[in-house]
Order: sequence, then structure tokens, then C-alpha cells
Amino acid sequence: MTQSSNNVLDHFNLFREPEYIEMFESKKKNFEFPHPMDKVEETREWTKSWEYREKNFSREALTVNPAKACQPLGAVFVAVGFEKTMPFVHGSQGCVAYYRSHLSRHFKEPSSCVSSSMTEDAAVFGGLNNMIDGLANTYAMYKPKMIAVSTTCMAEVIGDDLNGFITNAKNKGSVPEDYPVPYAHTPAFVGSHITGYDNALRGILSNFWEGKERTPNDKINFIGGFDGYTVGNLREVKRMFDLMGVEHTILADNSEVFDTPADGEFRMYDGGTTLEDTAAALNAKATIAMQQFCSEKTLAYAAEKGQEVAAFNHPVGVAATDKFLMEVSRITGKTIPTELTKERGRLVDAIADSSAHIHGKKFAIYGDPDLTLGLAAFLMELGAEPVHVLSTNGGKEWEAKMNELFESSPFGKGCHAYAGKDLWHMRSLLFTEPVDFLIGNTYGKYLDRDTGTPLIRIGFPVFDRHHHHRRPVWGYQGGMNVLITILDKIFDVMDNTTNIPAKSDYSFDIIR
Amino acid sequence: MASLRQIAFYGKGGIGKSTTSQNTLAALADLGQKILIVGCDPKADSTRLILHAKAQDTILSLAADAGSVEDLELEDVMKVGYKGIRCVESGGPEPGVGCAGRGVITSINFLEEEGAYDDMDYVSYDVLGDVVCGGFAMPIRENKAQEIYIVMSGEMMAMYAANNISKGILKYANSGGVRLGGLVCNERQTDKELELADSLAKKLNTNLIHFVPRDNIVQHAELRRMTVLEYAPESKQAQEYRDLAQKIHNNAGNGTIPTPITMDELEDLLMEHGIMKRVDESVVGKTAAELAAEAAAAA
Repeated sequence: MTQSSNNVLDHFNLFREPEYIEMFESKKKNFEFPHPMDKVEETREWTKSWEYREKNFSREALTVNPAKACQPLGAVFVAVGFEKTMPFVHGSQGCVAYYRSHLSRHFKEPSSCVSSSMTEDAAVFGGLNNMIDGLANTYAMYKPKMIAVSTTCMAEVIGDDLNGFITNAKNKGSVPEDYPVPYAHTPAFVGSHITGYDNALRGILSNFWEGKERTPNDKINFIGGFDGYTVGNLREVKRMFDLMGVEHTILADNSEVFDTPADGEFRMYDGGTTLEDTAAALNAKATIAMQQFCSEKTLAYAAEKGQEVAAFNHPVGVAATDKFLMEVSRITGKTIPTELTKERGRLVDAIADSSAHIHGKKFAIYGDPDLTLGLAAFLMELGAEPVHVLSTNGGKEWEAKMNELFESSPFGKGCHAYAGKDLWHMRSLLFTEPVDFLIGNTYGKYLDRDTGTPLIRIGFPVFDRHHHHRRPVWGYQGGMNVLITILDKIFDVMDNTTNIPAKSDYSFDIIR
Repeated sequence: MASLRQIAFYGKGGIGKSTTSQNTLAALADLGQKILIVGCDPKADSTRLILHAKAQDTILSLAADAGSVEDLELEDVMKVGYKGIRCVESGGPEPGVGCAGRGVITSINFLEEEGAYDDMDYVSYDVLGDVVCGGFAMPIRENKAQEIYIVMSGEMMAMYAANNISKGILKYANSGGVRLGGLVCNERQTDKELELADSLAKKLNTNLIHFVPRDNIVQHAELRRMTVLEYAPESKQAQEYRDLAQKIHNNAGNGTIPTPITMDELEDLLMEHGIMKRVDESVVGKTAAELAAEAAAAA
């Protein structure tokens, strides 16, 4: 053995040792009965063809690597954004383990969430007892100020009724009568995490708003939507509002809980919209949502209560931030301060400085509907072409909006929106109509490896790079961050393709 | 184990499935067969005539008390009744909550794992109403019942249900070994019932295995929570069930793949036998008042 207690090899090196290489070869030869290599290669080449692309796009009954998650993930993401709130998912434990690990792997923070631990008998008899015991245990053990309930597929398929169950649990004394237990039905087989975000937020707001008299004031509510950059973005939005002097309530403010300091104290809950502010948010003049497709039902609810509502599509860059700030200014009557105007100028300057390198570059983007709209608009602003834009959880409305965006600029000519498609479709697109760069989440690294299209990691989840969620992508400073991220990759690729001595290194330049 | 025969009784709710199956199984027990009855109905009334008891502790209610199915022992759920017939009821949730179909799956898996089928000659499943979801199809899935017996009558809805159940069987017949054993007509004294049942059986590519005449003695026995076989073994009706039992016993391996028919074909069948008049298309969807007005105008 090459490994001993004095010489412990990590996984990078261990499996490259001769005994492992030999073992893998023997396994393949004796147990896997693979097709001959030339046949494998031939098939691989065929899957890169237009003929295969057409077959791939006529796929009906199979999804391969969808770029979306399920509703309860969005519901948990919302719940932790409220003061001392424990997300409670009515369903099986495994589902909850997935939401927790998914959020932890992205934010590199612990993610607290409980389940009602439904097992086989709960599936048969209904989960009422699980709700009664679960609420009582959660209340006793974790001492939250609020428990926000959502559901998994299992509870939805058998038709468990949250309203009735929660009332029953309160009657049985699981939690005090006046204790807030907002809920939302979030069947994972409908919609995606953005639908769950919307349902859960509306559920929480209606818990505090229903039956209350609205006395309008001059504050505004802000909804971020499901966002991998929530920590940096919400802090940036607060900074901009404070600079403008806008009185605001950030709803579902999870920027603290996903970024707790290491100072010796574990915080199961941190920050979050206070319950008092949540109730008072009914009186706000307006509710602004940064991501339209994450907040359709919530905004409709706010409008029904008499608030003015405004929705954006994940604004990134100069024009989009302009539009956002001017709308905030119009609604609140506050002027945009010089500080922000200066930041705008700096972003415009930076774009101008780097324009030569980014102009005309072709991109493929995938992700949530709003994110892809925001990024595509920014790329076009930079003079780049978002040739393929794909959103698994995007629908017809998203596709129409995207096409409208393409038509608004010469850089959108020849660009296409692909609603409801998955990453295997994207693979075909990248092989048949290659682009210079791919923008997407961590899962895009397989497409990068497979198709040779360099991946720029923007989206959710990003598991294999650290701390990006701490930097905003909204506001002029956020636009700057996105610009720098894109440029870094452009220059890395440039260096990596000009670095062979005496062959290509005539362009291996110190100055770019 | 090779000799184990698994059968299932299906049919429209209220058709007399449980009564017919228990009487028939009691007759099979008289023939010396070792029998296990698995009740797959949340009402848990598939074994009351055998056990003389209203409803026994069901697998699922005991599982709920114990915490999970894994905590149960076979002895907890299995009761022994008339002539050593072993009885289990899967049970299920209260109406309106949970998932009864899942309950059937859970129960049958439990019984198989616990070896409830060992040393038995017959396992009989008694399944509620209609095959409404995958759970109630559990007994007809692969390696479960080899033959399905559909209890029906000359009533339109009972025939409709029989046809639907055949569709369920057909779904699994090509991939597994399940076959339609035949129809059992439980007489309702509707017009031309025997002919009709026989015609339907032919349409479904099966046989009317037995026509059970109506006899009040069945009700008398039921009031005493007994089968006719036990209550009045010498009666004519007891002999009918013995005949049915013998036919089922001899029917091993004779099951067929059913050929379900369409609703239209079913209606045609009723018309052929003069049970239903051909529908006058011009009156469909018209109220009595409209028809009266039309008649007045024509006159």
C-alpha cells in the first residue's frame, strides 16, 4: 500500500496510485462489460450533432438535470427571514434534510429547520398527530417566536389540510392560541422554489394582515425573492434605501441568519424581519418586489390590501438599477443622493474601461426566470450577446418578456429564450451553436467540462466556490461585482489560451 | 409454497362481496383448505362472518398505537375463526383523511415480510368498491393474486364497475401473472339477470362462474354474524356456496386476460337484452318542461 499512517493520501492523490488504477481497470474489464471505446466515442460525437439536438428538443417524457429546486426550499428560505422563526415542514424528514443541506452548502452556514417526521402510518392515517406533536416539540425545544409551516409531496398527495391541522393542534395546546403559525401549501411537484417562496411569504403576511384595518403610512416594503446573493443584496438594498432616506421594511430578511459571525455564540436565529414590523407592513404605502416571478401572489395580495405594488426582474447593471432607483424615488418622493449618482458614474466608467474585451462576446445563461432576465439585460448593456437563455422554471410569460428584451437591442438579434428546458438541452445548444461563456450555478461545471464552454458562476446554488453570496449583484456596486466576475473569467481564459511558450505566448500579455 | 393459491374478490360497493367471499371461503375450508383472508377495506368488515366479531383490530390501527408497522408481530393482527380460517384486516384511516390505498400496500407488505402466507393453501383478498388508485390494485400486482373474481349483479352500475375492474386487471395482466378468474353474479332479481351477466362475461373474455340466487337465509345468518355454511349447513343456499367454492377450486390456471369494453358497448349490451331503450338523441339534455312545450307545439 502506498498509504500508511505516516503518509495519509487525500482523495486527490489516493485513487491515482497504481493499485487503484489497476483495480478500476480490472473492474471495468471484468464486471462492467462496456461497449468498445470506439463505439462510445462515436456515440459521444453523435450527441454533439444537430441531428441529436433535434431529437433532444423533441423529448417529451424525460427531464435531465432540471435547473430548479422544489417549493418547500423556497418556503424555508422565506421563513428564516423572520425574527426567531423556525421553518416547519409537514412531511418526511429526508425532504427537510435536503433543504437544510442545500442551503448550508451554498451559504456555508448552519440551516435550522424541522420536519413533522411523517412515516408510513402518517401517510395512511393523515399527519394530524405529527402536526400536534411536532408543533409542541418545536415550541418547547427551540423556543421560536413563530413557526412557519410548509408541506412536502407526501402530505400534499394524501391531502393533509394545514388550516384544520394547525387549529386542531392549537386546540390541543401544542402552542398558545394566539401564537403565530402561518402556513402555506407547497407541493413540490408543482412549480419550483420560486413558487414556494411566493406561497410562503403570502402565507406569513396573511397571518399578520388578515382582518386588520390598514392605516397607510409612507414606508415601503421590499421583497428580495429567492436569491443566492441574499446576504450581500439585502445589505446593499438597505444601504441604498438609507442613503436615500427611504423608510422601509425588508420582508423575509434572511441576510443575517445566512451570515452569522463566529464569535463563540451559536445563533439558531439571527436578524430577520421583526413580527411587529411584519404586522405593521400592512400599512406601507407600497410593496416593491425585486423578482416578479418570485412574488406574483404576494404582490397581488398586497395590492388587494390597497398598497401600490411594483415588480422588477432581478435588476443588474446601469439601466436596470436606474429604473429601480427612479421608481423608488417616484413612490417615496425621496431624491437619489449624490453618493449613488457617483457610484453609477464609477460603474459606467468601469464598463467603458473594459468594453473592448466584452463587446461582442457570446454568452449562454441559465437560471431562475428573473435572474436570467436581469443578467441578459446587463450583458446587452455591455455589448455582449446572450445567445441562449434557458430557464427550467420559466414559463410562457417569461419567454415573452425575454423576447421583448432581445428585440429592444441589436445585441439581442439571433438570441433565443428556452422556457421549461433543462441542462441536457443546454448541452445540445452549446455543442451546435457554441458560445464564448456560460453563466449558471455550480451544476454548470459539468457543461463546462463536457462542452469546453468556460463557466461563470452566477446563480443558486454555488457550492464549489465560497463567499460569493456575501457580495451584492444589485445596485451599481452589485453591477460592478458582476462585471468583475465576468471579466476575471474572460482574462483567465485569455491567459490560458495564450500561454504556450514560443507558440501562442506572443499574446501572453502583462497588460490586458 | 408452490401450492399457495392467491385469489381476490373485487366488485362494486354494497354488491355483497364480503358476504359472498366469506361464504365461499367457509365452503373451501370445509373442503379442508387452509385459508388466510386479507381484508383490504378501511371499513374492516371482510372477516366478521368468519370471526363472529364486528371488526377486529386492524394492522394499521395497531401500527398507529405501536408507533410503526415494524413494531407489530403477526400474532397481534391475525385472528382465527371458523374452521381455522386465519383473518387479518388492513384497516385504514377515517373517511376524509390520509391515504387508504397506501394502507393496503403497507399491510400487504407487512404480511409478506412476517410470513403470514407460509403453510397456507389459499390467500384471499377482499378489496373495497373500485380500483380507485394504485393501492387498491396491490392484490393484482405481480406475484400477488393469480385470479380475480368479480362479484356483480344485473344492475347497470355493478356491470360498469366489473368492466372497470377488468381494466385494472388488464393493466397488470401483460406484465404479471394476474388473470380474471370469472364473474360471480349475486342475484338482485333484476330483469334477465342471468343472460345479461353471461353476456357481459363473454364480452370480457371470461366466464360467469356461478349465479348465486337470492335467499333471505343469507341475511338471517348475517344477523348472527355467521356464514350460511355455519348457520345452516344443510340449506340450499349453503350448497350454492359449496358449488361456487368447488368451481373456484377447479378453476386454478383457467384465468383469462380480460377484454374490457367501452361505455357505449356496455349500453349496447343492455339494449340488446331489452333492458335499456335506445336513447333518442333529440331528447338528451332537455328538461321536462322543454319536452312538454315541444310536444304541445307538435300537437
